[in-house]
Amino acid sequence: MNNINSNRIKEFLSQNAIYIVLVVLVLSIAVTDPRFLSLSILRDILLQSSTRVIIALGAAVVLITGGTDLSAGRVVGLTAVLSASMLQTSDYVRRFFPNMPDLPLWLPVMIAIAAGLIVGWLNGMIVAKFNVPPFIATLGTMVIVYGVNSIYFNLPPNDSQPIGGLRDDFTNLGSGYFLSVPIIVIIAVIISVLAWVLFNKTRLGKNMYAIGGNREAAKVSGINVGRNLLIIYAIAGALYGLAGVLEAARTGGATNNYGNMYELDAIAACVVGGVSTSGGIGTVPGILAGVLIFGVINYGLTFIGVNPYWQLIIKGIIIVTAVAFDIRKYLAKK
Amino acid sequence: MTENEILLEMNKISKEFPGVKALDNVTLKVRAGSVHALMGENGAGKSTLMKCLFGIYRQDAGEIILNGEKIEIKDSKDALDYGISMIHQELHPVPYRSVMENIWLGRFPVKNFGLIKLIDEKKMFKDTEQLFRDLDMDINPNTIVRNMSVSKVQSMEIAKATSYNSKVIVMDEPTSSLTENEVGHLFRIIRELKNRGVAVIYISHKMEEILEIADEVTIMRDGRLIGTWTASELTTDIIISRMVGRDLTNRFPERSNIPGEVVMKVEKLTSPFHKSFKDVSFEVRKGEILGIGGLVGAQRTELVEALFGLRSVQSGKIFINGKEAGIKSPIDAKNHKIALLTEERRVTGIFPALTVLENTLMANLGNYVTSCLLLDEKRRKEDTEKSIEMLRVKTPSFKTLIKDLSGGNQQKVLIARWLLTEPEILILDEPTRGIDVGAKYEIYSIIAELAKNGKSIIMISSEMPELLGMSDRIMVMCEGRLSGILDNKDATQEKVMQLATQFMS
Repeated sequence: MNNINSNRIKEFLSQNAIYIVLVVLVLSIAVTDPRFLSLSILRDILLQSSTRVIIALGAAVVLITGGTDLSAGRVVGLTAVLSASMLQTSDYVRRFFPNMPDLPLWLPVMIAIAAGLIVGWLNGMIVAKFNVPPFIATLGTMVIVYGVNSIYFNLPPNDSQPIGGLRDDFTNLGSGYFLSVPIIVIIAVIISVLAWVLFNKTRLGKNMYAIGGNREAAKVSGINVGRNLLIIYAIAGALYGLAGVLEAARTGGATNNYGNMYELDAIAACVVGGVSTSGGIGTVPGILAGVLIFGVINYGLTFIGVNPYWQLIIKGIIIVTAVAFDIRKYLAKK
Repeated sequence: MTENEILLEMNKISKEFPGVKALDNVTLKVRAGSVHALMGENGAGKSTLMKCLFGIYRQDAGEIILNGEKIEIKDSKDALDYGISMIHQELHPVPYRSVMENIWLGRFPVKNFGLIKLIDEKKMFKDTEQLFRDLDMDINPNTIVRNMSVSKVQSMEIAKATSYNSKVIVMDEPTSSLTENEVGHLFRIIRELKNRGVAVIYISHKMEEILEIADEVTIMRDGRLIGTWTASELTTDIIISRMVGRDLTNRFPERSNIPGEVVMKVEKLTSPFHKSFKDVSFEVRKGEILGIGGLVGAQRTELVEALFGLRSVQSGKIFINGKEAGIKSPIDAKNHKIALLTEERRVTGIFPALTVLENTLMANLGNYVTSCLLLDEKRRKEDTEKSIEMLRVKTPSFKTLIKDLSGGNQQKVLIARWLLTEPEILILDEPTRGIDVGAKYEIYSIIAELAKNGKSIIMISSEMPELLGMSDRIMVMCEGRLSGILDNKDATQEKVMQLATQFMS
């Protein structure tokens, strides 16, 4: 009887390890400094995690198919620059397009998201049609996208100057509030809900798990693996695109170096949140928890005065131990 | 039966893989509302032919005609769309997903919500329940496939194949891990399908099954068609002689090995996992060939991998030459002069992109390190050439990549690899799987020769004739337990089968 109980507890702990870690982390920071448990700090953490959630969801769909997407960060940079360059106030001196009339907000936003989608589609194309391993394919596009972005960023009259003077309606997306909730958080929540529906309620979502879980099974069940991959990579790209727009809006500017290495943060959040790098496994709540853990670490450790270099070491240790523990659930039992 | 019209015709199908002609001008004609057995030894080309039908391979030549119309099958989706479904020999589930998701994969029921279509989980659950109810199977649609037994997974695959309402259903060894009850159950399903006019193509090695269920039998050998007969004209003996194409007595070499003293003794070996091997005790003698029989899922591979230190053991002891051997890793096993030829040659045996030389020496590189820490190239070449000659490996040179050799020759290279470690106990896990008939005989000769020279051989085999023809004793396992050990002179196919299903409910 005791044995069964202890097994159940073990099972519960291992199934929910990630959420327990999150709670323990918050509590231990709160014990050091009780002021940590305040609404405004919670809001700040959510605000900072919002774009990261969107990028992580993009990285996750690719990971679940058994792939990797290294292009995420550079796509964020590209779409940040693209959207910012078209949404500057008309009286700003260093305007990217000095004579362009004010565009409606949605247009540059859609253009930027479309640019992300095209890069994602290209990734999917290279992976699905030419059978290039995802790691290599997206390594290539990552470098290409940075090149393209830098050429654009260097166009006269901008000449590689940071893009500033963004319109209020645009920056409002990143720093405004709706009923005292940051708009950017609302967007991230909506995207998360949509992602949950995609993962659990659509054919594409189920196919994504099937392709990552057993590609051969997917094929002999009549699934068009190539087309599904194409769509999934494109969705990932569009998500990075949206994240880039929000990143520019939140910070009120953009340079070609925006988003650098975000892909690694996103992958780290995914794996800490229980997404398997070999494919077929991962949930939206897990990914959110993964992102929040890093959000809490970033903010909380600074809050209680931990040296930023030490924070890096702590982050690294968390990534490795989380996966080392998590992987025990799935290891082939021998 | 014979008046039924021909539903499916595969005409003059040929398919070549590098180094092997897998199918040579094979023709198969299947009637509606009949069960057509496809028979032949492993490697005869049955599965390859069916994979061409199901779009997993493209044939190099030949045509497929369904209902009088020539059809092109480019992938599995085409096959399913034409009304051809298949139970695959290698099971193909998506492990971390539920039973119902596996069954409806590729055709999930959806509901329209305006512009988007969402999966109709309720309908999916109901349809799955209904499917299992119709087939009288007891499986929960929500179970995660990874947590099910092999026989349940196989039942699920059977249910999946019938759920397509196909006109042609291919069953490639559907009973390999089913219990007797479940086989009877499957046969009722097949008869029902037949009444509905479905053509069932049935691949199996089990003679009694074929004679019970089949209307017609097509026999293949070495990638060629031998012929098609009405099942009622056939007997087990006739089928076997046509499959083998020569007298049974010549299939195995003369053995002159004489078992000596006990070399290895295993006492109550038990795995920490409750579905795996339990309480297994046995002995192997010097110069003896001990066969291990059983069905898929009997945990034979798991047992020998534990002997080789690849799997953990909860309790039990292994004695070598009377002394207890703590084997915790393959390195320990090698030190105790044990060698293991693994079951999956391509996955855990060969290094496909390396040469014959590198493959031959892989387990033994330490022996070639010179005093200045470099490898002794001259001795490496000499030893490889000696091995190639001794085992009669057919290869252009030792520089050839091993992936370009035929299966039989790859297997010989792997045997050479382990012989160079000078083992006393050789464990062979399905040593002739996927190897053509001629090469099999050569592998058997090598095994017999090794036993004669005093090596102890433990050989897992799923091929009954091989088990009966090569072993001094046969130990049979069922669901992780040892169900009996038979002496060669008492062993029959029936006795082995009986032991292999002894603990199944």
